[in-house]
Amino acid sequence: MNTTARAGRTAALLLSPTFLVLALVVGYPLLAALRESLHRSGDELDESGFIVSGDRFVGLDNYADAVGAARFWTAFANTTVFTLVTVAIEVVLGTAMAVVMHRAMRGRGLVRASILVPWAIPTAVSGLLWRWIFQADGVANTLLGTDLLWTSDGWPAKIAVIVADSWKTAPFVGLLVLAGLQLIPNDVYEAARLDGASAWQQFRRVTLPLVKPALLVAVLFRLLDALRMFDLPFVLVGPQKGAVETLSMLAWNEANQVRYGPAAAYSVILFLYVVVIAFVFVKLLGADLLGERRARRRSEVSA
Amino acid sequence: MTALVRRWAPYLGVALIVCYCLAPFYWMVVSSFRRTSDIFDKSPLPSPWSLENYQAVFGGNNAFGQSLVNSLVVAGTTTVLTVLLGTLAGFALARLTFRFKNLVLSLVIATSMFPGISLIVPLLKLFTDIGWVNTYHSMIVPNMSFALPLAVWNLTTFFRQLPFELEEAARVDGCTPWQAFRKVILPIAVPGVFTTAIIVFVTSWNEFIIALSMVNQPETQTATVRISQFGGVSGFDSPFGTQMAAGVVVTVPLVIAVLLFQRRIVAGLTSGGLK
Repeated sequence: MNTTARAGRTAALLLSPTFLVLALVVGYPLLAALRESLHRSGDELDESGFIVSGDRFVGLDNYADAVGAARFWTAFANTTVFTLVTVAIEVVLGTAMAVVMHRAMRGRGLVRASILVPWAIPTAVSGLLWRWIFQADGVANTLLGTDLLWTSDGWPAKIAVIVADSWKTAPFVGLLVLAGLQLIPNDVYEAARLDGASAWQQFRRVTLPLVKPALLVAVLFRLLDALRMFDLPFVLVGPQKGAVETLSMLAWNEANQVRYGPAAAYSVILFLYVVVIAFVFVKLLGADLLGERRARRRSEVSA
Repeated sequence: MTALVRRWAPYLGVALIVCYCLAPFYWMVVSSFRRTSDIFDKSPLPSPWSLENYQAVFGGNNAFGQSLVNSLVVAGTTTVLTVLLGTLAGFALARLTFRFKNLVLSLVIATSMFPGISLIVPLLKLFTDIGWVNTYHSMIVPNMSFALPLAVWNLTTFFRQLPFELEEAARVDGCTPWQAFRKVILPIAVPGVFTTAIIVFVTSWNEFIIALSMVNQPETQTATVRISQFGGVSGFDSPFGTQMAAGVVVTVPLVIAVLLFQRRIVAGLTSGGLK
């Protein structure tokens, strides 16, 4: 037996437990959700007035109901707005942080440790923490000199969620961008300086294009993470609040009321949304998910 | 003037970042040490310091101590299982040549992108039918859906960084790929496995939506869910002091881990670019 065949067999053996588990906890639920979304359960009267119970096949009714409901479109809009706004803020703040950290000669350990704190705090706890900060007589109102009810409903609630989410994840984006910055060799900057490029020009023309691959992957992961946002609005503001209800929260709420069919339909719609965004990033923008090109460049740089 | 700005600007930037990251956390810690009667004080330090909130967290009928144990069991089991499986898979993906390797890798990454809710809805229905609700395994099994891809991906990028001469030497000495893995790679993989374990543990410890959906008894709830459901003494007001104290208790172990292993965690988080 040749070595390649043997390696292939070993690989299959080593990978099979992982794939078995993933098939059970990801593959099966996805198919079940798809099936579920075409069914409805619970008692209902049929056309002739008889009570029917148990699972019934209803075709695309759950989807039609979803698309016809104002609550769905509110949740869809909230999800989209939260995703776009938080990721935009996080990318700008994160890049700024990365540039500062890259320049910092001293205090690197301190910055690195403090930047990991928001990452390590459970999202549910950070929801409580910001709920406390945004209380009616809390510190946010004191500092801003305002008198707003941030955590009840309306646009203040949206802002509260956006602020809390940006706080927690901008540092994480900063870490990823910093890793990208550290791959850029110094002589590129020297060349730019020799050509008389200003600091801003260096950033625009050298740093940004070279850090783009790392940034693209960071943005994609953040987008997908923001699209499924649940914990933060749930704890910070609460369930069933129109101003902050995301698609995940809507689906969860339906499932909680034992309306599995509509819940599954909402979650399938969210899933498709995620797939579309991921597809756009990987196929059209060329996000290098597997890290192959980056790995290759790293080896070229070090060679 | 410009020279002065240029000299001090980086320090200012560092100070800003540290404040940004720590100020809200600091406020949680400070508030947790205030008495209930002066919880709404805005002074930067509590006066007087008080452990009232911590007594309230562990006393009373919050079942908070139990929820910490639950979190430890659930996150710990998830970590051990996924790191075990992830080490095997990561080695295969990083060190062996076989067909469809990129497809396999893409599949693993893709599974980590699925929104949790699309897995929870059918699993909740299934677990209700088979009587799994309110058990540890009803949380551990779904947790693997995000923890396993995370572990596999982290370990794959780690195994890739080890020099390839190692296996070549092992092969020359007549080792099979499996023997090379067990006797050569595994012993030097300990730091990578350890880093992955920390990251997976922190992620599972922080998990919320699965634990919230699968369990509704306080005795089996994990700490993150339990805290969010603390009721006030009088029933209608939120007991902020108690919540802050509980938040500190849940977070401090993670912060200590972060301080001890920051270098490794950063390397682990950024190597694959995956959370």
